[in-house]
Amino acid sequence: MPHRVSADNLSDLVRGVLAGKNRAIARAITLVESASPLRDELLEQLRECAEPASHRADGGSRVIGITGPPGAGKSTLIGELVAVARMAGEKVAVLAVDPSSPFSGGALLGDRLRMDRHGLDPGVYIRSMASRGRTGGLSPSALETVSVLTAAGFGTIIVESVGVGQSEVGILTLADLVLVVLNPGAGDEIQALKAGVMEIGDIYVVNKADYPEAESMVRTLHAAVRESIHAVIEPRVLRTIATAGTGVEALHREIGERLEALNERGELESRRRRRITTALQEIAGDLFSEWVRAWIERHGLTDPQGGVPFGKLRRELAAALETITVREGCMDEEDAK
Amino acid sequence: MSEKTRILIAKPGLDGHDRGAKYIARALRDHGYEVIYTGIRQTPESIVNIAIQEDVQFVGLSLLSGAHNELFPRVVELLRAEGAEDIVVFGGGIIPDYDIPGLKEAGVRAVFPPGTPIAEVVQFIEQCRTGSAQTT
Amino acid sequence: MSLQKERLRWQREVADPAVSRHKERKDGALTTSSGLPLERVSIPDDAGYATDAGVYMDRLGFPGEYPFTRGVQPTMYRGRYWTMRQYAGFGTARESNERFRYLLDAGQTGLSVAFDLPTQIGYDSDHSLSYGEVGKVGVAVDSLADMEILFDSIPLDQVSTSMTINAPAAILLAMYIAVAEKQGVSRDKLRGTIQNDILKEYVARGTFMFPPAPSMRLITNTFSFCTRELPQWNSISISGYHIREAGSTAVQEVAFTLADAIAYVEAALSTGLTVDEFAGRLSFFFSAGSDLLEEVAKFRAARRMWARILKERFGATSPKSLAMRFHTQTTGAGLTAQQPDNNVVRVALHALAAVLGGTQSLHTNSRDEALSLPTEESVQIALRTQQIIALESGVANTVDPLAGSWVVESLTDEIERRAREYLDRIDREGGMVRAIENGMVQQEIEDAAYRYQREVEEKERLIVGVNCHSNDRSVSCHDVMRHDPRVQQAQLDRLAEVKSQRDGAAVERTLRTLREAATDPAADVMDPIIECVRQYATLGEISQELRAVFGEHQQHAGM
Repeated sequence: MPHRVSADNLSDLVRGVLAGKNRAIARAITLVESASPLRDELLEQLRECAEPASHRADGGSRVIGITGPPGAGKSTLIGELVAVARMAGEKVAVLAVDPSSPFSGGALLGDRLRMDRHGLDPGVYIRSMASRGRTGGLSPSALETVSVLTAAGFGTIIVESVGVGQSEVGILTLADLVLVVLNPGAGDEIQALKAGVMEIGDIYVVNKADYPEAESMVRTLHAAVRESIHAVIEPRVLRTIATAGTGVEALHREIGERLEALNERGELESRRRRRITTALQEIAGDLFSEWVRAWIERHGLTDPQGGVPFGKLRRELAAALETITVREGCMDEEDAK
Repeated sequence: MSEKTRILIAKPGLDGHDRGAKYIARALRDHGYEVIYTGIRQTPESIVNIAIQEDVQFVGLSLLSGAHNELFPRVVELLRAEGAEDIVVFGGGIIPDYDIPGLKEAGVRAVFPPGTPIAEVVQFIEQCRTGSAQTT
Repeated sequence: MSLQKERLRWQREVADPAVSRHKERKDGALTTSSGLPLERVSIPDDAGYATDAGVYMDRLGFPGEYPFTRGVQPTMYRGRYWTMRQYAGFGTARESNERFRYLLDAGQTGLSVAFDLPTQIGYDSDHSLSYGEVGKVGVAVDSLADMEILFDSIPLDQVSTSMTINAPAAILLAMYIAVAEKQGVSRDKLRGTIQNDILKEYVARGTFMFPPAPSMRLITNTFSFCTRELPQWNSISISGYHIREAGSTAVQEVAFTLADAIAYVEAALSTGLTVDEFAGRLSFFFSAGSDLLEEVAKFRAARRMWARILKERFGATSPKSLAMRFHTQTTGAGLTAQQPDNNVVRVALHALAAVLGGTQSLHTNSRDEALSLPTEESVQIALRTQQIIALESGVANTVDPLAGSWVVESLTDEIERRAREYLDRIDREGGMVRAIENGMVQQEIEDAAYRYQREVEEKERLIVGVNCHSNDRSVSCHDVMRHDPRVQQAQLDRLAEVKSQRDGAAVERTLRTLREAATDPAADVMDPIIECVRQYATLGEISQELRAVFGEHQQHAGM
C-alpha cells in the first residue's frame, strides 16, 4: 500500500478498496474527506468498478442511521448491534460522526471506545469522523464515504450522528432507515424532541430500559408515534439494555423487517433518490459557495459607497449558470446522435 | 493538500491511569487535530488495527505501569508488518530515562515524560508533518 | 452550657474513660519544645475568644464525639500515632516478602500490599493480556502458593494488612484467610483492610472486571462474610484517593467518595444487614496534596459530612458507625519527574496535611515515584518523613491543632457546602451507580483535570521545577529501581508448577460449585471461593468462572 496516494497509484487504491482491504478503505476515506482533485477521480473509478447492487448476494448495502441525545447509549448499542449482525453473517461498517470544535477545528473522537469489542474481526470496519463544521450533525463527506464502504462490500453500514436538538435531521440525507435512541429520565427533552426528532425515526429505541422511568417514556413515545402523520409506516418503539445486550436481537430483526416493508412500498427507492438529490445539491452548493468567495475577493464585500452588491452578484452568477446549461444542452444533443 | 492530521491516543496494557492520555487527547484537539481515543486496556494488535482503520498519521502511546519496553516496540513492529511504518509512534507516561534510548532504537520516535508542555508535543508533530523531525 | 463546661463533660464522659483504657504516650512531653503547656483539645476560650457554644458543638464538637469534625478518637495522636503504612509489593512474592520484612524491621507498623495489574484484573500471569505487566506495579499472585510465600515468616495475628485489591477482592481475601489457616491463626485474629471499592474503579482507576450490579453483589457478599467471620477486618476502603489522582478537585474527592459510600450502604441495607451492623467496618482512603490548608479542611469536612449522613440519612446510632476512619496516601500526581529530590519536601507537606487532618494511617510517597518504583533508600526517607512529623514537629501533641483557624473553619464549611451540592445532584441522577453509568462523574473529573493542566500550561499555577525555577542541572535517575526482566518467566514457571501439582479434579469440582453459587443472585460466593483457593485454583480460573456468569464491564469515557 503506497504511503501517499498519487495519480499513478490510484488504481492500486481502488483495487484495495474493492478487495475490502482495511488500509485501502481507510486511505480512500481520507481522500474523500480531503479537497484533493484525486478525490473525484477515486469516486469515479470506484463507481465504474464496483459491483452493482443487483449482482451482489446481499442485494446491496443498507444504510442505517442512528441518532439521539448524548448519553443515550448509542455507541454501546451499536457495539451490540454489530455483534448480532456479525452473527447473522453481515459485513458491517460503522461511521461514527462527532462534532469538530468550532474554535480549533480539531475534534476528539471517542465513540469507538464503546463499540469496538470486535477486535480484529475483518468483517467489521469502524471509522470515526469529525463533522468539520457542517451543521446537521453529519460530516460533509459522509455520503461519499458511504459510497466507498458500499464499494468495499459492506452490506450493513451504520452511521451514528451527533444528536443535539434539530441537527438529527441531517441523518435523513443518507440513511435508508433511521433509528432514534433515547434514554429514560430525560423526560423534559421529549417535548423538544417531538418537534424535530419525532418526525424522522422509523424505530424508536428506549435504551436503559431497566431504569424505573423507562415505562413512562415508552408510553409517551407510543402516543407520539401514533400522531406522526409523516411516517409511511407507523414507527415502532422498542426497549433495549445495551450494556447487557438485552433486546438487541429483537432490534436487529425489526430493522430487517422494516427495511423489507419500506422496500415493498417503494419508500427505500424514493429515500435514495431524495438523498442523492440532496447530496448532489450540496456538492454543487459547496462549489458555488467557493465561486462566490472568489467573486467577493475580486469585487470586495461592498462597493466604495458601502452598498452591498446583491443585484450584481445574482446577475453574474445567473449568467455563469446560463453558460453551463447551454453547454450541457449541447452535450445532451451530441449524446442523442 | 488540506489533509487533516489525525492522531490516535492509545493506552496499551492493563494500566487504568488515563488522566495523562485524556489530557493529551483534549489538548491536541484544542490545537486543531482530529484525535481518536481508544480507552484503556488495548492490546498492541487492536491499537494497530484501529490506527489503520482510522488512517491516522500518528499513534501516541501512554503507559504508567512500566510495561513500555514490552508493549511500545510491539506496536511499532506490528505497524511495520502491516506496511504502515509511515505512521509515527510516540510515547509518554512514567518512563525512566534509561529506557528511552532502547525505545527509540525500536522505532518509537519521541518519548515525552510527565510535565512535558503540550507545545513541545505539537512542535514534534508539526516537525514530523513537514518532514523535519529531529528525534526528541 | 458554656464551652468550658462542655469540655469538662467531654473530659469526664469520653476522654477519661478512653485514657484509662489506653494511656497517653510517654515518649516525649505533651508540651511544646520550650515546655509550654498544651491542652489535649484547645477551644476558643483558651485563646480568650467568646464563642456561641451551640454553634461550636453543632459544627465541631469534641474529638471522639459527633460530628467528629475534630477527630475520631478522644486523644488522637496523644494516645497513639497513626499507623505508618508504606504500600509495597513488586516482582515475585519472594521479593515482596523480603521488602515487607525490611519495612517491619525499620519500624513500620502495618503492611500494605500492592498487586500487579494482572492480579488486580483477575488474569493469571500466563494470560495474553498480562504480557509485560507481570510483577510491574506490584506483586504477582496467581494462586494460594504465591500468597503463602508473600506472608512467609510474617505472623498474621500480629500485623494488620491492607490489600489494594478491588474487583477480585473476595478472592485475595479468601487466600489471606487460607494462609492464616495454615499458620494456625483463627479468623477472629485477622486485622486489615481490603480496598474492595469498585465504584471508583469505573471512574478513576480502571481495574474493573464485572458490570456494576454483580460487582455490588460481590461487595455485599464480602460485607456479610466479614460481619460474620472477621470482626477486626475492614471490609472496604472507600477511596477518594484515585478520584483525586485522576484530577478531581478536593470538593469532588469528598463528594464522590461519600456518594460511593452511600451506594455501598444502600446496597448492604438491601441485603438485610442493619446499618450499625456493618457501618463501623467501613473505612475510607484519601489523598493529601500540596494545598495544606484546603487539605486539612477537606479531611475535617469529610468526617463531619459522613457522621451527619449516617445519622440523618441512615439512622445510625453507634459512634463506631458515625466515625469516619481513613487512611491517607500522599499525592502521586503532585510529584514531579523534574528535580525529583524536591519531592522529599513536597511529601513532607502532604504528610503534614494528613496528620493535621487527623488520619488513622499514612503512606508517604517516595521521591522517585514519578520516575519508577521506589528504591529502598527512597522508601526509607519517606518513612522517616512520617517519623519526623510524629516525633519532632509537635503537631501530634494536641488534637486537631488547626481548629479555630478562621480560614480552616470557613474552608471546612465551604467544602461541605459544595460537596453537598454534588450529592444532591447525584441523588437527582438516581444515585451514584447511575451517575457513573451516565458518565456524569467521569465528565466532572475530566473537566477538572483538564482545567488544572491548562492552568499549569498557562503558568497560572506554578510548580517548581516544571514551569518555573526549572533551570537547575537536571538530576539523572541512574539509581532508580529497575525491573528484573526475569520476573515474568519465574512467575510463569511457578504457575505451571502449581498447576501440575494440584488435585485437578478437586479444582474442577470447587470451581463448578462456585459457578452455581454465582448464578444464584441470593447465594453467597465467599465460602465457595475459599474452597477454590484451598485447592489452588488460580485467580484467573476463579475470575473466569465469575466472568462467565457476571459478564464484563465496558469502559465509559466521558469527554
